[in-house]
Amino acid sequence: MTQNQSPSQPILSLRGISKQFGAVQALKDIQLDIHPGEVVALVGDNGAGKSTLVKVLAGVHQPTEGTIQFMGRPVTMDSPGAALELGIATVFQDLALCENLDVVANLFLGHELSPWNLDEVQMEVQAWTLLRELSARIPSVREPVASLSGGQRQTVAIARSLLLDPRIVMLDEPTAALGVAQTAEVLNLIERVRDRGLGVILISHNMEDVRAVADRIVVLRLGRNNGVFTPEDSNADLIAAITGATENAVSRRQARKLEDVER
Amino acid sequence: MSDPNSQVALDRSDSRVRHDEGIVGAIRGFFDRVRSGDLGMLPVIVGLVLIAAVFWSLNPVFLAPNNLANLLFDAAAVGCISLGIVCVLILGEIDLSVGSMSGLASAILGVMWVQMGLPVPLAILVALGAGAFMGLVYATLLNRFGMPSFVSTLAGLLAMLGLQLYLLGSTGSINLPYASFLVRFGQIHVMPAWFSYLLAVLPGGLMLWLGLDRMRRRAAVNLSNPGGLSVLLAKAGILTVLLLVAVHYLNGGRGIPWMFGLFVALVVAMNYALTRTQWGRAMFAVGGNREAARRSGINVHRIRMSAFMLCSTLAALGGMLAASRLASSSQQAGTGDVNLNAIAAAVIGGTSLFGGRGSAWSALLGVIVIQAISNGLTLLNLSSSLRYMITGAVLAIAVIVDSLARQSRASHGRG
Repeated sequence: MTQNQSPSQPILSLRGISKQFGAVQALKDIQLDIHPGEVVALVGDNGAGKSTLVKVLAGVHQPTEGTIQFMGRPVTMDSPGAALELGIATVFQDLALCENLDVVANLFLGHELSPWNLDEVQMEVQAWTLLRELSARIPSVREPVASLSGGQRQTVAIARSLLLDPRIVMLDEPTAALGVAQTAEVLNLIERVRDRGLGVILISHNMEDVRAVADRIVVLRLGRNNGVFTPEDSNADLIAAITGATENAVSRRQARKLEDVER
Repeated sequence: MSDPNSQVALDRSDSRVRHDEGIVGAIRGFFDRVRSGDLGMLPVIVGLVLIAAVFWSLNPVFLAPNNLANLLFDAAAVGCISLGIVCVLILGEIDLSVGSMSGLASAILGVMWVQMGLPVPLAILVALGAGAFMGLVYATLLNRFGMPSFVSTLAGLLAMLGLQLYLLGSTGSINLPYASFLVRFGQIHVMPAWFSYLLAVLPGGLMLWLGLDRMRRRAAVNLSNPGGLSVLLAKAGILTVLLLVAVHYLNGGRGIPWMFGLFVALVVAMNYALTRTQWGRAMFAVGGNREAARRSGINVHRIRMSAFMLCSTLAALGGMLAASRLASSSQQAGTGDVNLNAIAAAVIGGTSLFGGRGSAWSALLGVIVIQAISNGLTLLNLSSSLRYMITGAVLAIAVIVDSLARQSRASHGRG
């Protein structure tokens, strides 16, 4: 394990987290540290336990065993609201935006300024300021979200998670449905969020995206930690850790390709 | 981008967006919205003009001030019910029992006030309470058991109709005293002329005052003012002139009914709640994407509860207004076309059946369309059978317009 190399104290650290669903051991003895200003990618094959871990961190599931420390204090997160209050914001895969409302309304949904006489002007200014800080390219904040592209919607979803001033932003497959340019925009956005000193947890299947922005790559396999990598480590090692064997479908395919070229 | 240029307004830094300036720009923006399926109030206003023209050509009495005053008296009761329907439609739910609820409320009023001799305010409170209770029941059935409102309110329709018949007993109908305030309110009382003129200039003045305040505050924080002063002045001016003409015309006859004034006041209050409060924002969010609303920390169950309770309570109020208009509580109250007229009014006015879209004004405009049709057909001495058929056709057309506009919005990316 290469954890605790960073000099700063971790915002969030998981120790020995296990989660059991009946007879199924979804997570077993998971260790994870998130430091301020770093992007930690969480990768693993289908069924590796990524989604379960995300839900534990979002307060949707409670771990069966283990401790969660937030800013050095042990905490329990028994509801999504509790996680949000601590400062862990989650941007879910399905974006959870209201398409019939405009960008400002979506950003402030549930946390409107002056509830009995909505301060639209102040909300619009704050929306523009935030989007500008993120260098987000949203043409108009007064158009319904339905008129935005996938990347712009993802931007709005991420910006919304930042409005509550979290310490950690967790992104579940943020580039899964996006095109090349839009993916690049979201990756830029992730870096800007990191530069604000927040911890970012990125869950993704796309190794290219992961290598592009992650400072550390944490591999899960069958519900357990299976190594921590840096973007500089070789692809073969990473794939081997994800699939659990140096001899796997990916390596066989590459070997065959190589043979074809040599022939 | 990172260096905020103080010369360019915050919301004008993206060159891809066309910004419509001045009156010409405002008109161009309006046509763009209509073309993409964001019809707003346009269909209902076009429909109203058409209806007025047709009935006036068939029988000029239709547009006589006294007939219009009658129309407004009739519109208030169904309008109140329709206002409640707007609330549940915004959530994407439905309440099919508003007709029965209004009938039950009128029966409660008649029995408690006339038969039992209790004070009127108490009877009104009990009827409103019954409405709130039924809304609570529907919301609980939906929240706890996931019972679709379509089914639960259908069951409520039958149950409340039964209760109404039981309360009225064998006599079948109770006459309300003609000399009482309630009946005079429903049949005779109109606003003094000076007061109605005052009310006519109020909206334009308010629009100007709030608009100027908004422009000042936006300018202070470096946001642009689309349209600017010219559009604001034009809008407020046109509104004031139209209202003054209408009020002057109506005052040439009996005048403007207080009952209609009460209805409009409720519409204004509902419009404020829906557009300017956190509750209203939450209503549209739940109607647009329930899961997104829940994840934003909105209490979906409580929002549903508020909508269903408002709907049934307004239906009870509408039932009592109808009773005061007819000076009786009868077994026929709230049956027949009341239910569908109220729902049709909301949809015709532009509130979507699919949830997430709507406005309190749609109840006002829609109910005037419905009442105009009903009133015009009555003037032509057509039977109620034909009236039902024509109202049904108008409802079908309104829903088709709603569906087409929805598809067009989807293809133009406007939700």
